[in-house]
Amino acid sequence: MIFQDYVFYALAAILLFAGLRVITARNPVHAALFLVLAFFTAAGIWLLLEAEFLAIALVLVYVGAVMVLFLFVVMMLDINLDRLREGFWNALPVALPVGLLMAAEMVMILGSKHFSADMLNAPAPRPVGYSNTAEIGRQLYTDYLLPFELASVVLLVAIVAAIALTLRERKDSKFIDPAEQVKVKRADRLRIISMPAEKESVSAAEPAAENK
Amino acid sequence: MIAQAQNLLGPLWPVVWTLLKIVAIVVPLMGAVAYLTLAERKVIGFMQVRLGPNRVGYGWLQPVADGLKLLMKEIIIPTAANRTLFLLGPVLAIAPAFAAWAVIPFDLTLVLADIDAGLLYILAMTSVGVYGVIIAGWASNSKYAFLGSLRSAAQIVSYEIAMGFALVGVLMSANSLNLGKIVLAQSGGFWQWYWLPLFPLFIVYFISAVAETNRAPFDVAEGESEIVAGFHVEYSGMAFAVFFLAEYANMILVAMLAALMFLGGWLSPVPFLPDGIFWLLFKVAALLFLFLWFRATFPRYRYDQIMRLGWKVFIPVTLVWILFVGGMMQTRWAYLFH
Repeated sequence: MIFQDYVFYALAAILLFAGLRVITARNPVHAALFLVLAFFTAAGIWLLLEAEFLAIALVLVYVGAVMVLFLFVVMMLDINLDRLREGFWNALPVALPVGLLMAAEMVMILGSKHFSADMLNAPAPRPVGYSNTAEIGRQLYTDYLLPFELASVVLLVAIVAAIALTLRERKDSKFIDPAEQVKVKRADRLRIISMPAEKESVSAAEPAAENK
Repeated sequence: MIAQAQNLLGPLWPVVWTLLKIVAIVVPLMGAVAYLTLAERKVIGFMQVRLGPNRVGYGWLQPVADGLKLLMKEIIIPTAANRTLFLLGPVLAIAPAFAAWAVIPFDLTLVLADIDAGLLYILAMTSVGVYGVIIAGWASNSKYAFLGSLRSAAQIVSYEIAMGFALVGVLMSANSLNLGKIVLAQSGGFWQWYWLPLFPLFIVYFISAVAETNRAPFDVAEGESEIVAGFHVEYSGMAFAVFFLAEYANMILVAMLAALMFLGGWLSPVPFLPDGIFWLLFKVAALLFLFLWFRATFPRYRYDQIMRLGWKVFIPVTLVWILFVGGMMQTRWAYLFH
């Protein structure tokens, strides 16, 4: 075994453990954190395949952004763990056949002679000057330009739809638009009036003198 | 001597050599962090017409005294806290802050890992740093800590987008993600550096960097007047010090990135002076001074104003400037933007 093999097995073991803990951890926050660990380890395995752009993009997008928002939601929800576990025996009759079916499919695919590990040769190591990033860019913007642009338009529509569904102005909220606040000039709030200086009033001084 | 050590260690030599290089980066970095804290207190002191620390070794040993004090203190773990995650929080805050330094070039050859996707790697590492804050806030099981961590996470995720777009402009101009190549693409003196053609991106990047490191005036994550000290309110002793180290290491990192990408890195501003690492260190020090100056000058932003600035001002500005740069590259003025 060469050094890369040891790294692969170490990463694979961590990945399997993390994946297992995602579905077995009792606390949803722990499960989400194990999912983060799984993503991170998967990125390590991609690095072994010399796919450094994809590996770093996986960390950047999934670990750095998606899972942060995910954790955000999971942490703020007040999840009742007992209620979640109540449904276990009711769901089992459906879940068990589905799970078994999926396992059988996996075995059929991975066990067949077309997909077994010795059918897939390890990719030949690239020459030193090869840039994975530039290669992906070239593919995306030449061969796959139309699908790439279509995918981005679909994502844009999804963003617009999500915002349109949730953005409602509540009449009773005391929300203040910061843009309007920033625009405020002195003249909108303050009026400076020019007036003559007043003399000290005589009537106000008199009662004070009487009290003596 | 290096050849002798190479013979002695045999196959272990690359590991030992890399570890030595890591030590050679991390130890000066820790020193820089320690003295940045002193510089901050001194600079803010002078701006407020007072002396700042001047007792322990005439002020020069103050960081050492602070470090010793924090080392001696007890680390209190709240009873209701999640013990494992509570201790994991500071580690996750500082590990990415140091890991990002692996690809920083200090000179043409003085770099630990000269990888092609260096800029992406740094973006990925800094985005992982937010987990330290989130986990610390949640594991403390305290309202103030939790609110602070939510604020901080939302702020960091928002400003990362503007920061990423600012960097897109840089990599368009330099035609590379490799930090060393980005610096070399700026060679030719002060007017060739990217601060000029990418001026809006430079400004957006630097302000986003201040927000990204949770520094004043964007430090609502630890706003003392509202939520005590934010996500690290339950931490004490060395666990607190590690958060502190991570914050300052991140400050130095973003200043270093600004110097490399917009201010020509180790290149000299004028042709008759030689290039060298001292230029880089000088630029970083000047940018760090701005951080301290901001803290002494500006009052804290309100949270919704921070979000508005990030989403409604910075992201549109960067998008427009990226389009503009891309368009100009198709004209005969393209040489101005390379």
